[in-house]
Amino acid sequence: MYKYDQYDQAMVDARVAEFRDQARRRLEGSLSEDEFKPLRLMNGLYLQLHAYMLRVAIPYGTLNSEQMHALGDIADKYDRGYGHFTTRQNLQYNWIKLEDAADILADLSKVEMHAIQTSGNCIRNISSDHFAGASADELVDPRPYAELMRQWSSFHPEFTYLPRKFKICVIASEKDRAAMRLHDIGVQIVKNDEGEIGARFYAGGGMGRTPMIAPMIRDFVPLDQLITYAEACLRVYNRYGRRDNKYKARIKILVHELGRDEYVRQVEEEFAHMLDQGVEPPREELERIKPFFADPDFEDGPKHVDRSDPDFALWVDRNTNRHKHDAYVSAVISLKPVGGIPGDATGDQMRLMAKLAKQYSFDELRIMHTQNVVLPHVKIADLHALWTQLEAAGLGAPNMDSIEDMIACPGLDYCSLANARSIPLAQRISERFDASGKTEKLGELKLKISGCINACGHHHAGHIGILGVDKKGLENYQLSLGGSEAEDTSLAKITGPGFTEDGVIEAIDTVTDVYLQSREDGERFLDTYRRIGMTPFKEALYG
Amino acid sequence: MDNVLGTSPDDVQFRFRDDEVVDHAAVTVDSCCDQTNATAVRIEPGDDARVLLPFLDRLALIEVNFPSFGDGRGYSSARILREAGFTGELRAVGDVGIDQLSHMRRCGFDAFAPDKPLNEEDATRAFATWENVYQASVDNRRTIPQIRHGVNPKARS
Amino acid sequence: MRVLTGNDLKTGDVIWWTGEGWSRHVDDAVDAGEQAEQTLAAEEAALRVNVPYVIDASREEDGSVRPAHIKDRIRALGPTVRPDLTLKPKDPEAIDWVI
Repeated sequence: MYKYDQYDQAMVDARVAEFRDQARRRLEGSLSEDEFKPLRLMNGLYLQLHAYMLRVAIPYGTLNSEQMHALGDIADKYDRGYGHFTTRQNLQYNWIKLEDAADILADLSKVEMHAIQTSGNCIRNISSDHFAGASADELVDPRPYAELMRQWSSFHPEFTYLPRKFKICVIASEKDRAAMRLHDIGVQIVKNDEGEIGARFYAGGGMGRTPMIAPMIRDFVPLDQLITYAEACLRVYNRYGRRDNKYKARIKILVHELGRDEYVRQVEEEFAHMLDQGVEPPREELERIKPFFADPDFEDGPKHVDRSDPDFALWVDRNTNRHKHDAYVSAVISLKPVGGIPGDATGDQMRLMAKLAKQYSFDELRIMHTQNVVLPHVKIADLHALWTQLEAAGLGAPNMDSIEDMIACPGLDYCSLANARSIPLAQRISERFDASGKTEKLGELKLKISGCINACGHHHAGHIGILGVDKKGLENYQLSLGGSEAEDTSLAKITGPGFTEDGVIEAIDTVTDVYLQSREDGERFLDTYRRIGMTPFKEALYG
Repeated sequence: MDNVLGTSPDDVQFRFRDDEVVDHAAVTVDSCCDQTNATAVRIEPGDDARVLLPFLDRLALIEVNFPSFGDGRGYSSARILREAGFTGELRAVGDVGIDQLSHMRRCGFDAFAPDKPLNEEDATRAFATWENVYQASVDNRRTIPQIRHGVNPKARS
Repeated sequence: MRVLTGNDLKTGDVIWWTGEGWSRHVDDAVDAGEQAEQTLAAEEAALRVNVPYVIDASREEDGSVRPAHIKDRIRALGPTVRPDLTLKPKDPEAIDWVI
C-alpha cells in the first residue's frame, strides 16, 4: 500500500501544527466558535451530544497493521476504549477532548494518518472498493487513481469553501461495492475500445434529504487529463452550486436544476480552458504511485477448505469473497455481532485485527462502507486458524450481506443531528432474526438505518431502509423498500405512515414474510420487490 | 451610480507587490463593463469574473469581496482572472481571516484588506503554512509531484 | 423551568448551569428564568461553556430535573446503548428515564 514520502509527511505535519495553533486560538478565545467550527470540521472534529467527536480518514478504506494498531491505542489513550467505523470507511472516536485533539493528530501522523477533510464543505476522504487489489472481477486496482486524487484534493486552494461537502468514489469493476453512483463524483476506471485505460465520470449523486443517482457525464477521460477534468467539475460546482439554502447546496441539486446536459456543457467548456493551465500532475506521478499497490507475493496452495465444521463452513460461505489468486480469499471480519453496535470495535479488537492482518493478510486491512473490516489476501489454507481467533474475540459473526449485517448510523445516542436512535433498532433486529433463524432463510438482504434525513445510514439505498424522524418529540421510523447501492443502483420508496420502534420491528418481520411467501427461485428480497412491486407489501403492512 | 465602493490603501494590511498601492474607487462589475474608464472593480461572490476578461488591460485593481469567509466563490474568481493573465493587484477584502490567507495567496491574491485587522505574527505564520503544495495553481509554485519527478511547472498558455 | 446547557469548551463534557457555575449533573440545574440569555452570553464570552442554549425542563417530585426533549435527556445521561458509559452505570432504570 501507499507509503508517504517526505513531502506527504510534511503536509500532514504542517496540518497538525496548523490545527494545534487553531485549537490554541480557540481555547484562548481569539477564535469564536463560529470562526473555529469550519476549521475544526475540516480536521474532522465535531461537537456531538456528549463530547467532541474526531473522525479519522482511512483513504479509500485501506490501512496496514501498524495503523490499525495505532487506532486501537488511541481509542484506549484518548477515548473510552473503542471507536466506530463509518459508512465513509473512516473511524470515529466519540469521547474526545478539544485539548487533546492536536496530540491525537500528532499520534496519527506518526503512522501516516490524519483527519484532514473528514468533514466540512470540502472534498472529503475518497472512498473505493473494499476488495480493491484482491477481487477477481476488477479491471485494475482503483487505488492508485484514488491516491492521485487524494493528493490533489488535500488542501486544494480553490475548493476548500465549497457550497457543501463533496464526496468522491473511485472503483474499477462493473460490480459496484462502493455505492459509486451515490457520490458527488463517481469515477469508474474503464478500458475503451482501443484498449486504453481511462476514467468514466458520474456526477450529482447523493443521499441525504434529496437522494439522486448520478448520471454519467463523460464515458472516457484519458488518464493524463484525470485531475484536470475533476478540477473542471469542481470549479463549475464551486461557482454555481447553490449557497442560499444548505439543503440545496450539494452538486446533485446543481446537476438536477441545470440538467445533466447543461452541466456537462459547462464542465467541458471549463475543461477545455483548463487543459492549457498545466494543472495535471506529471504522468510519472501515477506511475510512481502504482507500484505501492503491486500484488504481494502470492503463493500457490489449497483451493478448498475442510468443511467438516458447519459453523466454519457457514462463515466461509458468508464472509469470504473470491480472490484473483485461487489459493486466496478476502475475508470479512463482521463488526455486527448479534445484539452489538454496528461498526464499533474496541481497542483490543483493533489490535487483534492488526495482528491477524500481519499474520494472514500481508499486513493489510480494509474498511467496508458496510462498517466491517476486510483482510484482503488470506490464504485458503489459513482460513480456519483465522476464523478460530476471530470467533474467540467476538469477531466471527457469519452474517455478511444478511439482515444482521445492517448499516446503522450512530443516531441519537451520539449524534447532535439525529432525530431518533438507530443503534437500538439494529440491536433488536439482529437479536430477533438470529433467534428465530430467519436470517438464514432470507439470504442477501441489505437493511440500512439512518437516524435522520442526512442519511449517513444509507437508508435510501437499503433493500429495506429505515429513517428515524422526530414526531412531536417521540422517535418514529419510516420504512422504505427497494433501494440498492450496487451496480443496479435504485432509491428506496417509503411504504406509508411511520411506526414506533416496536412497530417498525414488526413491520420488518411482516415485509420479510411477504418476501418469503412470494419469492421465486433464486430471488433476493430486492428481486422479489422489483418483480411484485410495493402493493403486496403495503397491504400486509397497512391493509 | 455606486462608485464609492472599495477599500482604501489604508485598509490593505498585507501586500505582496512592489508597485504603488492602487488607490482608485472601485466600481461594480456591471459598471465596469459599461464604463470605459474604470481602473478598479469589485467582484461580489455571485459575479462572473469572466465578464471582466475583455477589460483586464485597463484594470489596475480588482477587489474580490468575501462577505462571509465560508463562501468560496471568490477563490475561483481570483484564479480565473490570473489564468487569463491579469497582472494587476488582486485584493481579497471582507471576511478574510488568518486561516484563509494561504489558500487565497495560492489562488492569486496579492493584497489583503480584512475587515478585522489580523494578528501580524499569526498571519506571517499562515502565509508560510505550506512548505510545498500538491496542486498546480496560478502562483506557479513547483508542486510536489513536479519536485518528485524533477520537472518544472508547465508554462500556462 | 428554563435550563441552560452546553458543552465544556476544553473537554466537551455536557454541562448544566447551577446558578453559580456549571455541573455535569442535570439535577444540579436551576431555573435560569429571565436572565437565561444574558447568563448564557456572559458565560460563553468567558469561555466557560461552548455552544450553550436554553431548554425547557421540569423539576420532578423527587427534585430531579427532566429535560423536555429526548435529545437533552440523552445528553444528560449518556448513550442509551452503552449504559456502562453513562453517568449512572449502575442504575438499570436510567435508560427508561430517557425514553
